[in-house]
Amino acid sequence: MKIHRIQAIFLRQTYLYKRSLPRLMGILYWPVLDLVLWGFITVYLNKYKADLPAFVSFFLGALILWDLLFRAQQGISISFLEDMWSRNLLNIFVSPISVGEYILSLMLVSIVKITLTATVSVTLAWLLYSFNIFLIGVSLIPFVLNLLLLGWAIGIFTTALILRFGQQAEILAWGIAFLFQPVSAVFYPVSVLPYPIQVVAMGVPSSYVFEGMRTVVSGGGFPLRELAWALSLNLLYLFCATAFFYRVFNTVRIKGLLGKIGE
Amino acid sequence: MEKIVDVKNLKKAFNSFMAVDDVSFEIGKGEILGLLGPNGAGKTTIIHILLGLTIPTSGEIRIFDMDLAGNRREILNYINFSSSYVSMPMSLTVKENLRIFAMLYGIKNSAEKIEELLHAFEIYDLRDKLVRKLSSGQVTRVCLAKALLNDPKLLLLDEPTASLDPDMADKTRKLLKRFRDERGLTILYTSHNMREMEEMSDRIVFLDKGKVIATGRPEDVVKGFEKKNLEEVFIKVAREGTV
Repeated sequence: MKIHRIQAIFLRQTYLYKRSLPRLMGILYWPVLDLVLWGFITVYLNKYKADLPAFVSFFLGALILWDLLFRAQQGISISFLEDMWSRNLLNIFVSPISVGEYILSLMLVSIVKITLTATVSVTLAWLLYSFNIFLIGVSLIPFVLNLLLLGWAIGIFTTALILRFGQQAEILAWGIAFLFQPVSAVFYPVSVLPYPIQVVAMGVPSSYVFEGMRTVVSGGGFPLRELAWALSLNLLYLFCATAFFYRVFNTVRIKGLLGKIGE
Repeated sequence: MEKIVDVKNLKKAFNSFMAVDDVSFEIGKGEILGLLGPNGAGKTTIIHILLGLTIPTSGEIRIFDMDLAGNRREILNYINFSSSYVSMPMSLTVKENLRIFAMLYGIKNSAEKIEELLHAFEIYDLRDKLVRKLSSGQVTRVCLAKALLNDPKLLLLDEPTASLDPDMADKTRKLLKRFRDERGLTILYTSHNMREMEEMSDRIVFLDKGKVIATGRPEDVVKGFEKKNLEEVFIKVAREGTV
């Protein structure tokens, strides 16, 4: 593992965003739009259903955290797509960089992206709705870390599919994370799901994160059990996604597809 | 002569299609080997195999006396590649791109090296321009500069002059020969420009449908086919199939 190679890929992505307003907007536009839309819905609900739990805390907290997961995934898969679109993948893969170094550098890129997204979302939520996500307390750190791990796992898995199937699989970079949303119980508790879907949700790490967040917001204490489950499942997901990427990379080399990616 | 590349009985099948069929060749230190043949002859597949981008079905490849299969990343430190089919990130400047690749290869004196190559390929004035704003010929020169950043011992070039005007193509060929003479650089070269192949190559390997149909010095291959030049040989092979 050589730091200079990880830095090189990281720098390549940083340069890209440095002078591209549309790309920067891509990171900020949807989170802001989501925040405005859901923020006003929650304000409305709070106004007319004052006896229900704190909607603002539930919805806005969930929304900000979900966006972090989504951006972590995009930090991996969109960064890969950028190299595919610019017909630069061959230049990268004929250098001595390893698959591990490449993945690690994309993880770093995603940390920068989610930091940007989080800063904007948290600030806006505070300015517009007086919602301070830090009220969730120290639990916020393990919540975010777990969502980051899941985002990476989904991102690596998606990138492997794009590597294997080329441009026709591009759409997965935007859509695949949303497959996890209904079973992640982002905006509602797992208990409202039909039983078979509850079983599925039990295998999804993010469901434990969002259940945990609700426990904290409603004053139920630190959700250690949920976080332990989330972390265990996330490590399993990340391991499987990375193994899948290595396997696909090898298949792509056998099939001679690496030189054709992006055509 | 010290062997830089040693390929023995190389085969690559894509399902039932045999892209490379029992190909063997060697490249000595400081030699320029031209790989030529009609479209689909297997040239690019061989280059991709030598770069470890494609895994062969069978055969043995040794580069710098190391087995490619077991030492790919070590070997890639001393190889580089450029192709008219590959580009560079368009939203980055020429200098930013070269800086990134210098980092990828762990080049110590990267600023000096970049400056030297920018001058060599006559793109110094373009150093702060976005790649998007360059002509295809200028992008090709940036790619060639990138390919020489790590002082490679072996350079694989897939139709490197395809988008260059005759003047720049000529300058590029002379520059590559200069690098070969000064640094003992070994080059594997493909082109559809037969005059270029005759001018550049010390030896050629002529491929058709994945098989080697002729090998030797360009003038010997031309004689063997009883033709006036490589272009006539190429046309004969392309139209009449393997001779």
